[in-house]
Amino acid sequence: MSYEALTFIWFVLLGVLLCGYAILDGFDLGVGMLHPFIAKDDRERRLVMNSIGPLWDGNEVWLVTFGGALFAAFPVAYATVFSSFYTAFFLLLTCLIGRAVSLEFRSKVQSARWRSVWDAGFFLSSLTAAALLGIAAGNIMAGMELGPKYKYEGSLLSQIYWYPLLVGALTVSLFALHGAIYLYLKTEDELQDRVRRAIPRLIYAFASLYVIVTLATWWHVPHATENIAANPILWIVPILNGLAVMNIPRAMHLGKPAYAFFTSSMVILAFASLFSVAIFPNFMLSTIDPAFSVTLDNARSSQQTLGTMLIIAAIGIPCVLSYTVTIYWIFRGKVKLDPHSY
Amino acid sequence: MDVEILSRLQFALTIMFHYLFPPLSIGLGLQLFLCEWRYFRTRDPAWEAAARFWTRVFAVNFAMGVATGIVMEFEFGTNWAAYSRFVGDVFGSALAAEGIFAFFLESGFLAVLVFGWDRVGVKMHLFSTLMVFLGSVFSAVWIVVANSWQQTPAGYHIVWHDVQGEMMPRAEVTDFWQMVLNPSSVDRLTHTLIGAFVLGSFFVASVCSFYLLRQRHLEVARRCLSIALPSALLFTLLAALTGHDSAQKLVETQPAKLAAMEAHFHTTDEPTGLYLFGWPDAKNEKVHLGVQLPYLLSAMVYNDPMKPVPGMDQIPADERPPVWLPFQMFHLMVGIGTMMIVVAAFGCWSWYRGLLERRRWLLWVIVVMPVAAMTANQAGWITAEVGRQPWIVYPSVQAGVPMMGLRTADGLSESVTAEQVLSSIILFGVIYSLLFAVWVFVLHHKIQHGPESPEELTRYKLLRSGEHNNESISEVISHQGTSRGGGLMEDDER
Repeated sequence: MSYEALTFIWFVLLGVLLCGYAILDGFDLGVGMLHPFIAKDDRERRLVMNSIGPLWDGNEVWLVTFGGALFAAFPVAYATVFSSFYTAFFLLLTCLIGRAVSLEFRSKVQSARWRSVWDAGFFLSSLTAAALLGIAAGNIMAGMELGPKYKYEGSLLSQIYWYPLLVGALTVSLFALHGAIYLYLKTEDELQDRVRRAIPRLIYAFASLYVIVTLATWWHVPHATENIAANPILWIVPILNGLAVMNIPRAMHLGKPAYAFFTSSMVILAFASLFSVAIFPNFMLSTIDPAFSVTLDNARSSQQTLGTMLIIAAIGIPCVLSYTVTIYWIFRGKVKLDPHSY
Repeated sequence: MDVEILSRLQFALTIMFHYLFPPLSIGLGLQLFLCEWRYFRTRDPAWEAAARFWTRVFAVNFAMGVATGIVMEFEFGTNWAAYSRFVGDVFGSALAAEGIFAFFLESGFLAVLVFGWDRVGVKMHLFSTLMVFLGSVFSAVWIVVANSWQQTPAGYHIVWHDVQGEMMPRAEVTDFWQMVLNPSSVDRLTHTLIGAFVLGSFFVASVCSFYLLRQRHLEVARRCLSIALPSALLFTLLAALTGHDSAQKLVETQPAKLAAMEAHFHTTDEPTGLYLFGWPDAKNEKVHLGVQLPYLLSAMVYNDPMKPVPGMDQIPADERPPVWLPFQMFHLMVGIGTMMIVVAAFGCWSWYRGLLERRRWLLWVIVVMPVAAMTANQAGWITAEVGRQPWIVYPSVQAGVPMMGLRTADGLSESVTAEQVLSSIILFGVIYSLLFAVWVFVLHHKIQHGPESPEELTRYKLLRSGEHNNESISEVISHQGTSRGGGLMEDDER
């Protein structure tokens, strides 16, 4: 296989891993954000947490594998992106640790104060993690101050301005909506009623942010539409995205929550595709001089490594999918508390 | 302070903290599997109670391993960007393989292991336990492979790339299997895994000895000890054997590290002795208060007591590792290892003679053994990592051609400032201290709570099979729990 083809395949595979992460961890981050608002007492809080109990850990592995695959396939992009987002990534790591231990430790001790501390930790870390992921995506979309030899010349403060913050807010609202639909599927009775009432509000919030961010991108990130303008076939991505967004209230209205969940997953998929289309062929566009950008070509590993990794992926991905499906099947149905729950 | 020292400090802090958990997960995973295997074969409820109990302990530890492990993966990019660009082609593929072959397996089946007791059959549960255990072993395989490649690189060549006008070197894979099976992979992997199995065996033995001392959960404790004590003996002996193998390889691949571990400053024509202990002074190239056994190092390294071992003076001055830390850590590891063999052997002997439960002092010694095993694991890791300095990737010779290595100082991220690293150290220092306290607290809580009694478990299962209302089962079970906390439900669910 040619070097160019391998490079492109790995760009797509990374996109797949990122989509997998956003769709799967998207709903459990969303559940974390809704946790304090939806659940009224300790039993309900435990139900909400246990709705993602057996799954969140596996969902996060998609991010870990994305990191590993980026390291292997595009080491220069891995090194440059992560060192540029130094502080933001340490905050993200703090959130991921916080979520893991909040879930794991919350129900281990019978004490209202102990539990409320972990509840707060669970909420804050979920919210901040989603916002940080969105802020990072916004920065990458808009381009960053990358100097010669991949040396990042900006700072944390130059990463926090209105555009990435808007994208961060959009991500938060999308994950919250996605999480709410998931919770609706997993809960019953009063708790489910409360989730149902929250969904329209989340749709409004998300839809307005969606419109704002689209306009903002048009105005602030003109290069984002270049690829679409050059290949009109790609219009299909934003169109599908728009249709998917509108389909969520329709599916909920038809009383098909599973279909609504599928649709919100598709919205995330479309966003991730739109993001990939917008940045291609760069990983990190330099706002100082386009010649300093980290591109697919200057970031990739050798042909040998990309080829070997493709074999690893070809063996690994079917295994991963088979047991992911098995686990989701074993834990299907409404969430119930039992002695092994959190 | 400069970025290099801070970044190394940060890496040492995060990896040593992380390294508390994976060895325990791997070791405990094996013990858990053995307990469940016994249950599968005998259907004895005491074995089931044991398996359910160790699952809960395992889950707490596993969560800590995952939470702290994510940090490690991203740190290469955040703090060691130049290193990542140099080795990404090689090191990245091992890391990606770990993700795809190990993490998905572990995290997926962990869900069945922890939450699946009443959802899947005994066979499926046993299978899931095996998968989680194998997943944690695979994880170790890829990480140790990646680390070993940096110590004894193989299967690669250096390619110079034009980066905006400046030529920059990069290691690229030429032979994947040669890279994976580099000269130190297998030795280091077996030694690391066995170190984890030692820790797991002693951890189980320790908790069970504690129950014997307190006269609690005796049925479960005695059964688990019958697995844990023999495996502790087996694995401590194997650890000595594999450690010896590693040291023999070291003289060829990393003589500087071996010289540092033994504070062997001057090469002579005489056979080389082995220090039992001492206080190396690298500046004056002397060992204070050293007690040395003659001929022994030569004999151990070359199987020939007369052949001299090369010393530190054979290494160019700017390529010498620090001596004091590898020396002390190596001797600490070996000392603890020897002590553990003695304790495991005496424990097994007492068990065989039926005297273990009367020798309360011995039970107390076993209770503190996990600390010793943990220390030995950490000390081994420090020896390996400090002993390879100043190289982050060792220079090597490929088919007669010398290949360049990468110095630790050249692996840093260019754009990261000392303030950023310092603040991340402070942030993680605080978080990790809190986490450690919580981990100890929850583990203590679990161990104090202990396993259910076999009768309770049977009653719970009868109820469950007849009655599907969750609430009422938890109600019944929790009221039947003993005051010692033997109920199937956790205290908090009452």
